[in-house]
Amino acid sequence: MKPDELRNLAQKEDELRKSYRYRINVCCSSGCMPFGALKVLSAFKDAVKESGVEEECYVARTGCIGTCSIAPAVLVEPGDYLYQNVTPEKAKEIVKEHIVNNRPVKSMLYGNEAYFKKQLRIVLRNAGKIDPLRIEDYIAVGGYYALLKALTRMTPEGVIEEVALSGLKGRGGAGFLTGLKWRYVARATGSPKYVIANLDEGDPGVFANRTLAEADPHAIIEGMTIAAYAVGASKGYIYVRSEYPLAVETLKKAIEAAKSMGLLGEKIFETAFSFDIELRLGAGAFVAGEETAILASIEGRRAMPRPRPPYPAQSGLWGKPTLINNVETLANIPVILLKGSEWFSSIGTKNCTGTKCFSLTGKVNNPGLIEVPMGITLREVVFEIGGGVPPGRRFKAVQVGGPSGGFLPEQLLDLPIDYESLTKAGAIMGSGGIVVLDDTSCMVDTAKFFTEFCVDESCGKCTPCRAGLYKLYKILDGFTQGEGDIQDLDKVEDLCEFIKEASLCGLGQTAPNPTLTTLKYFRDEYVSHIVEKKCPAGKCFKDGGGAGS
Amino acid sequence: MSKTVELTIDGKKVAAKEGDNILKVARENNIYIPALCYLEGVSSLGGCRVCVVEIRGSPKVFASCVTPVAEGMEVITDSERLRRYRKWAIELLLAERPHVCSVCVANGNCELQQLATELGVDHLRVDRKWTNYELDLTHERFAYDPNRCILCTRCIRVCDEVEGVHAIDLMLRGKNSKVIFDLDDKWGFAESCTSCGKCSAVCPVGALYVKGKPLSEVKKKELVSFVMSRRSEKTIG
Amino acid sequence: MPDGVQQTGLKTDRRLTLLEAAIKKHQYRKDALLEILHIAQELYGYLDKDLLTHISKLLRLPPSHVYGVATFYNLFKLKKPGAHVVTVCMGTACYVKGAEEIVSAIERDFNVKRGGTTPDGKLSLFVTRCIGACAMAPNTIVDGETIGKATPDEVLKKIRAVVGVEKVEAR
Ligand SMILES: Cc1cc2nc3c(=O)[nH]c(=O)nc-3n(C[C@H](O)[C@H](O)[C@H](O)COP(=O)(O)O)c2cc1C
Ligand code: SF4
Ligand code: SF4
Ligand code: SF4
Ligand code: FES
Ligand code: FES
Repeated sequence: MKPDELRNLAQKEDELRKSYRYRINVCCSSGCMPFGALKVLSAFKDAVKESGVEEECYVARTGCIGTCSIAPAVLVEPGDYLYQNVTPEKAKEIVKEHIVNNRPVKSMLYGNEAYFKKQLRIVLRNAGKIDPLRIEDYIAVGGYYALLKALTRMTPEGVIEEVALSGLKGRGGAGFLTGLKWRYVARATGSPKYVIANLDEGDPGVFANRTLAEADPHAIIEGMTIAAYAVGASKGYIYVRSEYPLAVETLKKAIEAAKSMGLLGEKIFETAFSFDIELRLGAGAFVAGEETAILASIEGRRAMPRPRPPYPAQSGLWGKPTLINNVETLANIPVILLKGSEWFSSIGTKNCTGTKCFSLTGKVNNPGLIEVPMGITLREVVFEIGGGVPPGRRFKAVQVGGPSGGFLPEQLLDLPIDYESLTKAGAIMGSGGIVVLDDTSCMVDTAKFFTEFCVDESCGKCTPCRAGLYKLYKILDGFTQGEGDIQDLDKVEDLCEFIKEASLCGLGQTAPNPTLTTLKYFRDEYVSHIVEKKCPAGKCFKDGGGAGS
Repeated sequence: MSKTVELTIDGKKVAAKEGDNILKVARENNIYIPALCYLEGVSSLGGCRVCVVEIRGSPKVFASCVTPVAEGMEVITDSERLRRYRKWAIELLLAERPHVCSVCVANGNCELQQLATELGVDHLRVDRKWTNYELDLTHERFAYDPNRCILCTRCIRVCDEVEGVHAIDLMLRGKNSKVIFDLDDKWGFAESCTSCGKCSAVCPVGALYVKGKPLSEVKKKELVSFVMSRRSEKTIG
Repeated sequence: MPDGVQQTGLKTDRRLTLLEAAIKKHQYRKDALLEILHIAQELYGYLDKDLLTHISKLLRLPPSHVYGVATFYNLFKLKKPGAHVVTVCMGTACYVKGAEEIVSAIERDFNVKRGGTTPDGKLSLFVTRCIGACAMAPNTIVDGETIGKATPDEVLKKIRAVVGVEKVEAR
């Protein structure tokens, strides 16, 4: 594709878009699909045809809008009218009233402005508003312009500098400065170089990366291609969790579309730069998302992490310099190049710029996918965006950071969300899971649940994680059945310290967080289990009806 | 090509080849660091975490067998914290499977047992797991008891890197990991095995052994003869 | 097929032809093992020892290496699954919303353990960690159909309808 062709296509698409008075976006992502989204989509298409408004109203199959709790969700533009729990019957009515008679159907709307008010969508800028399977849709909203700019008007070093100045930190968990990482890879000797986009997202209850891939795959591809240009890589892999069939399918088609338009492949935009992307499927191993394990997995081996150094930047895939970035990190890149690092760093906090996507789940009224500026407080997320806990229940704790994130109590809700504050409080940013618990959840049981997850997912290489976590699980399991005594709590803390400090990789190093934070903030619940043989939430002691009786 | 670097280990100045790991350098200089999965002559695993050390300036601990030396590095091999961690590592390994020394073929010749004594592990703070793997006696000369295995992968590395066969690997993962021959076949039916005996010679515990031969005899001699002298160190995952 | 590869216990059929074609397409590269296992499982439904032996021979990989990889990843099944498959999501969101109760109810009523298959081979029960529909938690998939915000009773009813039995008596 020549630079002019991109501009012409964008203009043509934009005009086409504007020729419609209405656009109906039907969410067909994994969240809405199981609940009949495709039937709703065809119902809309039929209704539009039957009502003879085909010329005025465009029906688009889009990715996730972010309000997964009202699946299937439908967004009507202009005006961003969001309809909830749409059925084929409701679709007919919406077309008749909203499109034909220009009267939005109030009773079917999701009347929840608070959910969107505090959100800021950069990564999810196009989610729910474009058809992920039409590359033209992406181009119409400015897609691939950043790539054009990078390739034709910036040096690789210039791109790295811009990303570095933006302050962007890796969204995959560790929060490493992206510009700095790129610089390491760019300076490393060895050829070819590789780029890996990490879409393993094995954390249970986290679906932000999946949603991004399903809703806006080209943002990932464009970001990745820019990264490749910056570090001098010629080949890229997107490593996707195999449990995400729709994301896999969407990415596959998006890569094909980009290739057929010449946005991937040889001599992109008639420059000397060539880049190709292949998809690699995971196979059900959380630890494969760890950066050295992902290398082993792409090389067809057991996904066991290895000690670093050497870092992947020096010695990655097949011993060559390799850049590994999370897909959310990469999706930020096109926007940074187009709007500038200064604009980006004005969002969020001084040390933590930009936004973060979170999957908000658990005992909260409005679960779903959200994107918020860094520095927002947990209270705003849980109570304003999330609408608080269900009626009649009391908030107990919020877990941030996936299975190895810590639990924070009510008194820490005013904590701003950024890497430093969360880590200090014993939670982590992780890949962006926020789980809300109310008074029906038992903290001991919950710590046990997450420890069990890590036991199942431990690769088994090192003693603290393989053997230590299992013993930790057994002790916690004992507590939930009335075993153990109060001295055990010190032993648990000591064991947790060993696992945290002596484990080889991030899995073991963070796995004790749920236990440590519940011990710190909810110690009374442990005491009550051990001493009084009572579970305050009424979850444990099911079999014996309370071992203390 | 290889540069020399200078560092201190427990205050003692030593010179080392760049790229070598701390444990190897310490041993060359007669400084003792307890270790278990490490085996000179094959790649390092960094799994058992018994060989942890501290490096001045960092709050973390490092497995010395996989941490390369660096110019000016100050290594500390002994501290209250390190002893505490090493003790946990040994205790957890002892509790992971039924290690009852009195009835084990390796009694008296077991590296795990030795370390337990040395580090003062006299009781276990966590419950023992009574795994119930079948004892494999199908090979005419060797025996394999998974109930004693500590998953150090020395056997796997030596079979792959020294014998060049790769008859052994791990199956499953995490706490369910198990050392297997071929497709989890009985040893006597594992076609890849050349019956060289290297694996049983390097097994630190009583999991792989030569039938009917006292362990003291097999281990010491053979270990020296074919492993110690092999290849220079290479550190991979 | 390259020289020196003996026939294993696999039947020569369309599936084998497709598998071998895929391996050839990957140029017999050892690092394509994971992708080959994906394809093999898709074709055969599960990976038995004959199949793994065959793959190890074609890719010239040690059998223990192939077995190690196939058993490391949860997705690969080494045993034949039941005629009907129920998968309950035990991810965080679903667990918090009561997935455990659903699993135990199925275990109890159909005499099957998680990860296992009923003695008559009719039903397999698997648990998974997050299918990505957390906002609709708890989620259960019965033969490919997702039931969101499900109660144990709804799920049991659905399974009974699919499997066509009331209850499997404990023996
Ligand atoms: C056990 C474990 C699992 C991980 N899983 C993921 C994952 O699913 N996705 C991801 O992007 N990063 C994951 N990471 C973090 C990666 O190792 C790595 O830091 C990240 O992909 C780097 O990208 P970033 O700099 O853009 O954040 C995981 C880390 C650990 C220790
Ligand atoms: S910490 Fe756990 S997952 Fe990581 S290398 Fe050790 S055993 Fe494997
Ligand atoms: S006897 Fe030799 S070939 Fe056989 S498994 Fe042991 S090390 Fe490998
Ligand atoms: S069998 Fe012996 S050498 Fe092999 S992993 Fe187990 S303990 Fe280590
Ligand atoms: S000897 Fe270093 S980790 Fe085992
Ligand atoms: S936790 Fe069940 S769908 Fe995410």
